[in-house]
Amino acid sequence: MTAKTILSRPVYGTLSPQPGKHHLFIADAEGAAAILDMANSAPAGFFADAHIMFVPGATGTKYVEPLKKLQPAQFYEGPSIASALPRLRQTLATAHMGLRVYLSGTEGLIGQAMQAALEAGIDHTSIQTEQRGSLARRVQCVHCKGITENVTTQPATCSHCGLLLLVRDHYSRRIAAFQGVCINAEDPTENPPKEEIFR
Amino acid sequence: MSAGTSKIDVTVTDIVPVNELVKRFHFRRTDGAILPTFSGGAHVVVEMRDDDRTRLNPYSLMSSPLDTTDYTISVRRDDVGRGGSLFMHNRVKPGQRMVISNPVNLFSLDLRARKHLMIAGGIGITPFMAQTSQLAGEGGNFELHYTCRSEALGTYADVLQARYGRRIHLYHDDRDEKLPLEKLLSSQPLGTHLYICGPAGMIDWVRRTASEAGWPSETVHYEHFAAPQPGKPFDVTLAVSGKQIRVGEQQSLLEAIEAAGVDPPYLCRGGVCGQCETNVVSYDGKFLHNDHWLSEEEHRSGCKIMPCVSRFEGKSLVLER
Amino acid sequence: MGINFRKETFRDDFTFRNSPEHIRRFPFPFHEDAYMYAVNIEPHVPGPKGSVLEHGIDVDEHYVSEMHDRALVLAEDPLRCQSLPHMTLAGWDLLELLMTSKAESYPEHFTLNRDGDKWHWINRPLGIDDRFTFGDVSTLPYGPMEYITRQSQGDFCILDQRDGNLWMDAGIVTTQADWSLDFDIGMNFFEWHAPVPLAHEKGIFTRALKFLTNIQQGAPARRLNWTMTINPRLDTSPENYHKWGTDRATVTPENVGQKVHLRVELQSFWRLPRSNALVFPIRCYLIKMDELVTSPKWARRFHRVLRDLPTELADYKGLSRYRPTVLEWLSQYDDGAATSPGFGPD
Repeated sequence: MTAKTILSRPVYGTLSPQPGKHHLFIADAEGAAAILDMANSAPAGFFADAHIMFVPGATGTKYVEPLKKLQPAQFYEGPSIASALPRLRQTLATAHMGLRVYLSGTEGLIGQAMQAALEAGIDHTSIQTEQRGSLARRVQCVHCKGITENVTTQPATCSHCGLLLLVRDHYSRRIAAFQGVCINAEDPTENPPKEEIFR
Repeated sequence: MSAGTSKIDVTVTDIVPVNELVKRFHFRRTDGAILPTFSGGAHVVVEMRDDDRTRLNPYSLMSSPLDTTDYTISVRRDDVGRGGSLFMHNRVKPGQRMVISNPVNLFSLDLRARKHLMIAGGIGITPFMAQTSQLAGEGGNFELHYTCRSEALGTYADVLQARYGRRIHLYHDDRDEKLPLEKLLSSQPLGTHLYICGPAGMIDWVRRTASEAGWPSETVHYEHFAAPQPGKPFDVTLAVSGKQIRVGEQQSLLEAIEAAGVDPPYLCRGGVCGQCETNVVSYDGKFLHNDHWLSEEEHRSGCKIMPCVSRFEGKSLVLER
Repeated sequence: MGINFRKETFRDDFTFRNSPEHIRRFPFPFHEDAYMYAVNIEPHVPGPKGSVLEHGIDVDEHYVSEMHDRALVLAEDPLRCQSLPHMTLAGWDLLELLMTSKAESYPEHFTLNRDGDKWHWINRPLGIDDRFTFGDVSTLPYGPMEYITRQSQGDFCILDQRDGNLWMDAGIVTTQADWSLDFDIGMNFFEWHAPVPLAHEKGIFTRALKFLTNIQQGAPARRLNWTMTINPRLDTSPENYHKWGTDRATVTPENVGQKVHLRVELQSFWRLPRSNALVFPIRCYLIKMDELVTSPKWARRFHRVLRDLPTELADYKGLSRYRPTVLEWLSQYDDGAATSPGFGPD
């Protein structure tokens, strides 16, 4: 579980079956285990109205068959989050009220899928989330606005403009990223060492 | 400091009978200026000076927010209520001066909605009159489903159909026409928001059905002013001001507190805004809670009461007022 | 008699200064010799003649130059002005509020003629004379919020009210005290205040939100907030922090009086009628230490406030690096004498 730090830092829960007509699951890597755990408490036939989108990442084939065994109405396996997003956006664009969204896995997956759901008019408080696996962060550089993926260190170097960034807990759902602010702006000769803390 | 609204002096410029139960009242500012701009769903509190007592009742504004030369409200006559609607129907005449509050909106549109789905029952149509005018002016996407007892009692159904055509759907009880709620709720595009105004039973039914159909609570909006109910008289001690008061049969607890010269803040006087929430110091008896503000747990605790709509039966009640 | 608008800069050569009359009207934010967060919100009713509270929306001698600085910021970074799609109506509300307020308070500088939805707006200090149709965005050169806030001092946040919370869904922010509209847009009241230390634990924001969501039309409210800025720089944005951050290391005992500024925000809160949104103008006033100490009371009191400020707050406000130098300089103006109650300069 992620520790609660400041109020803009997302708090993730545990997936649970919601009342609804259709159920859309988006997961990456260990996030599949969250779906499988939830399936144990789901009512019979729950997945007959479900669509599972899964990006296995480093977990390879480990979770693919167990997820298929849930017999969702639709199953999709994709090589990356980026490759899954067009399909997700199209699914949301044609969906009706009564669709429930469940996101599980890394913060990057949860954040980007939620961003697509928000743009489709879904309120973030109605989306189920569960964080599993890596705590690597997506970080937006407040100076150049570029987003650096998979940040594990504090401070971190912006992959776009090269500034050394303090990675804050301040998080934007709209951008799906944490905020990075130049750590040595007041004295550019300061060069604090990087520590690996987001794993 | 407490929230509250400033008052507006108005003159009744016209009273129009709409059908056998409903009259429409038009107000203009007595000083001739235009009235404050408002948003669809807003209400005003109308002060009714009836000999030695003052009633303050909330009514939805139903005129177009795009035109504030006058405000209009519609009042349904309630022959068994506490007399507010009878006062409006029988005692208010054109040319009469009255005092109303600034508009307050506790039922506003969520302008993020991709589509606005409105469900009205009976006189619950009034806030939708203003909301549809506002949305139509901005090219908003809306659809209104309106249930009424009969064509004759379908207040403003003809006006709405003339304005918006196919976007208005009517259901008449006397023709056994039923609102196909489940089908309606399952066919709405993602991003639709639902608005309900009407009798308590209808609001509960629509909210429950929507929840079961997977509509998140943030997308479901409802306006339910509980009218204060008459009841047996009871005595109350106001601990802070050191006063003993008696709440009459036709009076609300809030009105009785005000009559004693104590003025708790209020916005809705219908049990929804939370402004007049009052702490209970001690009691011996039973609360008759009628509000939609306090949680069930708070109702059971005996620590709080909403004096605008709730009553009490028993030996003693001491309030922190 | 109109306002004598100064020609001055808030960047590069920093020629900003206050006239003696403006020093006297500065909204000094400390009513006692100590500071801690409080829900210090009060009704925004007209204050004494000549004070910054005389009118609901204050216009002062820095108006023309501040608007020039805003135009420079927006040309560099258009992301400082953003409005989510559902907030256009609130933008029209804000345009109406600012135009009617300015025209009523400063008729020699601003005129508004309304004929139904045909509006005619004259802004003499900025040389603007525009006719447009209220509600029709195609008749203005910018969206309604951007159009009118390019002509209004201070930052503006427009907050949508939903589900008992306030959502920062539109704004123009070019004179901010170190927060990013681009990052915070779309957040709720607790989220955008999340980085503020100490106040959450004290329940400040919970109480403030309850108050703000109940603000009604025709009954605005206000509060003061403060920080410090090195050089009279309006645009202390996080976006440009790597460019101005080094300023903080340039404070010396010799330059405190000219370089160090107390920065006060007059925040007001207004219910907008059509959209039911809340607008939150954040008006920034700057005063140099040399100007501040022309009031012996303000000099003594500010020395005591800064000296006793908790470390977390000093860090959050970004004062830590230069606080000792400024305190040393201010101490020469603090003889330990008692100060009178209230904000005034005596």
